[in-house]
Amino acid sequence: MVVCALRQGAFRRYLPLNLWMLLEMLSGLSRFYVLHSYGLQSSEYFYFYYYSEALATIALYFALTSLYARVLEELKAESYVQKAAILLLSGTAVFSYLIVRQSSHLLVTHFVVELSQNLYFVGLVLTYLLWGAMLKLRESRTRVIQFVLSLGVLFSVFAANYALRNLAPDLRWLWGSLPPIFDCFLPLAWCYTFLRIPEDARLVPARLAVVPR
Amino acid sequence: MMAGVIFVFSAAALLQFFISYCRSLIAASSKQVLSAEVKDVTGIQKIASGDDFKRVMQLLHLCPERPEDRNSVQAIGAYFSLLNFLRSTVARIVPSMRAWTESERAQCAYFAAVALERRISFSRDMLAQQMDS
Repeated sequence: MVVCALRQGAFRRYLPLNLWMLLEMLSGLSRFYVLHSYGLQSSEYFYFYYYSEALATIALYFALTSLYARVLEELKAESYVQKAAILLLSGTAVFSYLIVRQSSHLLVTHFVVELSQNLYFVGLVLTYLLWGAMLKLRESRTRVIQFVLSLGVLFSVFAANYALRNLAPDLRWLWGSLPPIFDCFLPLAWCYTFLRIPEDARLVPARLAVVPR
Repeated sequence: MMAGVIFVFSAAALLQFFISYCRSLIAASSKQVLSAEVKDVTGIQKIASGDDFKRVMQLLHLCPERPEDRNSVQAIGAYFSLLNFLRSTVARIVPSMRAWTESERAQCAYFAAVALERRISFSRDMLAQQMDS
């Protein structure tokens, strides 16, 4: 995806999205190294997987806030978006801590897993609100529309997966094996957008809404 | 209870985002004009029909895949299956839904034809490069 963005000269324009992708790539390579060195069942890999997952989720959350800033750029709301994003992230962290504080055993690890889960749901709600704002503001940049919609697909599929983990814990092996497949979606979708959609392409967003407006 | 609520909300949002995303892919490709060659191969002259989709997809699978297209073609394939499901269930009761699913299916077929056009030109470029070297 980063190569596609560089080829299209859009690396700096969509810097937070590209930085997230680089972090995701780095995290994938490091996970592979830890997996190769310590094995799948090792506690090292277990910790590394969940900690890197939490970091990547936080980075994705900030990528989403950068899309907020882009959509609301005409309203000059960038500083408000940044403050609100940090406030919401802190709120989610406190909420996650309150949920796991009873478990004295592996408190930090439980916290990290809980934070990831909650951030996916918060991300989903925020993406939903952003999509609503885009329809209202008649945002027509095709690239931005596709970035937001594909991000919405990713957040909702992860949030649904985490909910299913809690609803059917017996099938944890199944819910646990799906995230790597879901993870492929966003880089491919964004890569397609960079390569196939020119920066000046425009769409009427109301045409895309499920409920006609 | 809470997990159930989150699941229902996430599934509803997923459906909405997925449909809108597929429609954005279709809308972006609908402006592209098909070459005479692809029109001949697919049988799509001016307006595509939903029934063309399966045939165009078969042709598409004969061409070498492009990694950046794979995701979108799969997404549209899934969207087409969803439309077929709606057509054979809800659209039987709601007549306006039938017209909508037909028009969406036709646009899916047009998207597949555009993807076919890209793959053909990609294969041609690859062949030309090999001939040169």
